[in-house]
Amino acid sequence: MGASAVNLSVQLGKLKLQNPVMVASGTFGYGAEYSGLVDLNQLGAVVVKGIRLGPVRGNPTPRTVEVSSGLINAIGLQGPGVDGFIEKYWPFLKTLQVPTIINIWGTTVEEYSEAARRFDALGGVGALELNVSCPNIKKGGAQFGTDLQLLAQVVSACRKATALPLITKMSPNVVSVGPFARVAEESGSDALSIMNSYPAMAIDIETRRPRLGNVTGGLTGPCIKPIAIKLVWEAAKAVKIPIIGMGGIQNASDAIEFMIAGATAVAVGTANFYEPQTAVQVIAGIAEYLKRHEIDDIAELTGTVQIGSD
Amino acid sequence: MVEQTVQIVSNDLDSDLYYRLVARGTQIAPLVQPGQFAHLRILPMKEALLRRPFSVFQVLGDTFSILYKVVGKGTSHLSRMRPGEELSAIGPLGHGFTVPQPGAETPLLVAGGYGMAALYLLAQRSPQKGIVFVGGRRQVDILCEKEFQALGWDVRVATEDGSRGEKALITQPLTDELRRDRRAREVFACGPTPMLKAVARIADQYNVPAELSMDEHMCCGVGVCLTCVLPVKTNGAWEYQRACTEGPVFDSRQILWEPPP
Repeated sequence: MGASAVNLSVQLGKLKLQNPVMVASGTFGYGAEYSGLVDLNQLGAVVVKGIRLGPVRGNPTPRTVEVSSGLINAIGLQGPGVDGFIEKYWPFLKTLQVPTIINIWGTTVEEYSEAARRFDALGGVGALELNVSCPNIKKGGAQFGTDLQLLAQVVSACRKATALPLITKMSPNVVSVGPFARVAEESGSDALSIMNSYPAMAIDIETRRPRLGNVTGGLTGPCIKPIAIKLVWEAAKAVKIPIIGMGGIQNASDAIEFMIAGATAVAVGTANFYEPQTAVQVIAGIAEYLKRHEIDDIAELTGTVQIGSD
Repeated sequence: MVEQTVQIVSNDLDSDLYYRLVARGTQIAPLVQPGQFAHLRILPMKEALLRRPFSVFQVLGDTFSILYKVVGKGTSHLSRMRPGEELSAIGPLGHGFTVPQPGAETPLLVAGGYGMAALYLLAQRSPQKGIVFVGGRRQVDILCEKEFQALGWDVRVATEDGSRGEKALITQPLTDELRRDRRAREVFACGPTPMLKAVARIADQYNVPAELSMDEHMCCGVGVCLTCVLPVKTNGAWEYQRACTEGPVFDSRQILWEPPP
């Protein structure tokens, strides 16, 4: 210990991050939107909003509703498609000193693998995150993340299509996350993101109408953190690959809790919407915690939850 | 766009449920253009996480103010905050009104209720003085009448119950004025969506350009979450555009009031 700085860097497959704090897909746009407020080069990685091969219009409004300590969203993955992304957003992202992780999705296995192939060919991408868990689209998304066979097919197909590190973003809407985590690992994932939003709904009691245009949505924010912690803890017991923990992180304490549960890295999501500096503050808070606990490498924290008496 | 902690200078009841809050925002205030908004995080709210967007009402030196109505949890908390307390503010945000050029069309401003808040700066900074149409349900919903008169603008008032001005929707005196003379006029409006929709129809009928500040439910305020979208025409097709980024001010002819199925 002593005066030397703590080591915050972590490894996700062959991707090295300067620190374990990234921003969750769908909560940070394509990076540029926040570049006037946040020093993106301080982050572990920037994860962009989910991209499909072609442009996507998204769901009817209202698309989000605030609930106690959380947010339900049903955006419907509005986006510019692979070509639109490369033209509009990639020129900025490739100037960053930190890796860009591209979140991709599709409605068929072939669509996923083709998107993976396109981003592999682009060059300079840090990793791909496979969104097999969005609850807000009729076809695609969560159907792949809640069926073991489909999950194996989509991850294997993407594995064949790219040498980039593959991160599979898991659905919380399964009886047990362990088997899904194992299938994602065996099919070639280099890491897992745990978790996506939890299926949810809210109703206006005066009009008796749902508060979302899509009727149902996905719950995020601080209220889902305990669910996510438990899923990370379970998945960490099931696989050897690193886990990126996410779900309601608002501060360094939340992030540290995920790491103790078994996460190697973390992502800040909904908090970006109300406090864009959250991720940067979490990085500083983790470093302070490690110093206070005389831990010189962040890896020593991962999966150190103490169960039972010792 | 700047994020800064702003200190409340004053937060006073204006009338009924309307408040005026002045905040010291050294970095934000000088950047504000008419029709832009500030996204405020009201820290005493524990379980309500999101920021609330407010049109910037007035700017004076290093302060800016908002004019708001208590309508829910956020504004209720806000109305109880005292001078000296702090808010986190991101601003100025959004694409605002086009300030008329000297010698350009005579501006006709149409405000419904607290929609007035988005229009004051435009009136103040416009080299052309024009007419302000101020509408509301009752007399207490008529805001800033004297302030607009002090700027040298012609103020026309209408209330639904007739307790002040003409007993009519505000679109009535607007229609009467355009019927009288539609030449070299441009409309700028902010208010409830049904009012804006009616204004768009009237502007179309009299072939007068109109800029509308759209009041959409908002989340991040900076263009990433895609909550505040509305259907907008784009050469032959349409797409969802963001009220926080492409708007809140849109050309009325671009807006699709009913999204196609």
